Amino acid sequence: MRKVLMGNHALSWGATLSRVQVIAAYPITPQTQVVELLSEICADGTLDAKFIKVESEHSAMAACIGASATGARAFTATSAQGLALMHEMLHWAVGGRLPVVMGNINRAMAPPWTIWTEQNDSLSQRDTGWMQVYCQNNQEVLDSVIQAYKVSENQKVLLPTMIVLDAFVLSHTMEVVEIPEQEKVDEYLPPYNPPYKLDPKEPHAFGGLTGPDGYFELRYMIQEAMEEAKNVWKETGKEFGELFGREYGLIETYRVDDADFLIISSATIASTARVAVDVLRDKGVKAGLLRVRVFRPFPSEEVRDVVKGVKKAVVIDRNISFGASGIFYQEVKAALYNEEHKPPVFGIITGLGGRDVRVEDIVEMSEDVLKREKPESDIIWKGVRV
Amino acid sequence: MLEIRFHGRGGQGTVVASKMLAVGVAKEGKYVQAFPEFGVERRGAPVVAFIRIDEGPIYIKSKIYQPDHIVILDPTLIGAVDVTEGLKPGAWIIVNSEKEPDKFDFGKDFKVATIDATSIAIKYRLGSKTSPIVNTAILGAVIRVLNPCSLESLIDGIKEEAPVKPEENAQAAKEAYERVKGGDL
Repeated sequence: MRKVLMGNHALSWGATLSRVQVIAAYPITPQTQVVELLSEICADGTLDAKFIKVESEHSAMAACIGASATGARAFTATSAQGLALMHEMLHWAVGGRLPVVMGNINRAMAPPWTIWTEQNDSLSQRDTGWMQVYCQNNQEVLDSVIQAYKVSENQKVLLPTMIVLDAFVLSHTMEVVEIPEQEKVDEYLPPYNPPYKLDPKEPHAFGGLTGPDGYFELRYMIQEAMEEAKNVWKETGKEFGELFGREYGLIETYRVDDADFLIISSATIASTARVAVDVLRDKGVKAGLLRVRVFRPFPSEEVRDVVKGVKKAVVIDRNISFGASGIFYQEVKAALYNEEHKPPVFGIITGLGGRDVRVEDIVEMSEDVLKREKPESDIIWKGVRV
Repeated sequence: MLEIRFHGRGGQGTVVASKMLAVGVAKEGKYVQAFPEFGVERRGAPVVAFIRIDEGPIYIKSKIYQPDHIVILDPTLIGAVDVTEGLKPGAWIIVNSEKEPDKFDFGKDFKVATIDATSIAIKYRLGSKTSPIVNTAILGAVIRVLNPCSLESLIDGIKEEAPVKPEENAQAAKEAYERVKGGDL
């Protein structure tokens, strides 16, 4: 079934098709329609799920954690300050090894009060242990929710996933989305049945006091699970392709085979950059594109394989680690450091606070970088009015 | 790729118009992207909505700065906002007005079509007499002038998306399709 959906509703559809059992959420612009639609779907009986209205995002995540611990499939969605308020609970979901899935609409952090897109909200949660998937269109949003449960619930992984989409550019933009058949989704994503769960008939304690004798190993196991998750995301994305005709990986590339100049980005900027690559090719530049889709676990190996073959690369970040540089830029450079042959990598920061990024902006940035020998600093600002 | 910008006022159904058109276009297997001006909307304040239509997937995610055509749901916006900003030469300007197209002069080589969407909306009791919802009527004119999809597909889109009175909204679109004035129509 082909439908015209806004990104927010693509999240709701993804959760519905995944037959989530518990939804707990608190409204925040630009996420509101995600839970509005889900509450209707729950109210009319289409989805047999418990919809829990809560008084804050902290409570929303707490409710999801509780539900997930009993073996229920749990979902929530939030944005910016809401995600920040969840922060403590995000760690709890990871440490509890609970496969909660949430949608996060990338919105810039206040103050000043704002609602437009930027990646600093989700990237501030980088080190919590949540897996993070950055989507470039509404189809990918819907598909990624379904995949996320399959990966998160995999016994080798058991980690929560954040599906990330740009405020307004996806959340409020209508696009054509192919809605998978429920039967096929059921085949792809069987019910969640964890080996250990909260059950009054068979009491267990979860997350109790653990000293230096045990805690270290539990952290090691989370990292092992993250490493394993790379393969699981790849396998699950491939299997998704076989069943639904749309294959997904940790990264996506475009015209990289003979490329000597590489644009690296994520989310919707990467989608627009695809058009910029065509423009640059028409101008005689052998340009290619690498889109980082899964940011945690970070696909170092895949990134290395693509980047090491080019003469120059530029990372476009819609985020900033203050006092350092763009965050994807840091990650890409870190992945390359131990390579013997590596190209110079430039870092551009643009589009903060939802400033629009057009094809011609990306072409201009690329041409600017192509003129430079090597990066003179870690940040090239694009579009800032100072 | 076809890029259209809608100008209206908050409460007239401008954003819903772009959605209805998107649904109609999608029914014909095409790709479409419809979006509001990102941010906050207030009743009565000028609003814009955008639509991109193409035969294949649409990768551009930026706003539309140089639309192929524009649609004006409220003629009082003319002069109040720069409705022709970035508009491509040879574009159609579809205006909700009871006036003849030659009464408008937007300069350059823009072509003008007019449709009295307000009286059509009132006739079908869409919205109220003082603030009629003109979006479905104007869409009938858009289909006739720009042909992004068939009238039948648009009507399917309207029936799916209209929050109330799907039949009356469909009738309004049909009537506007017949009555739009401009050029060789």
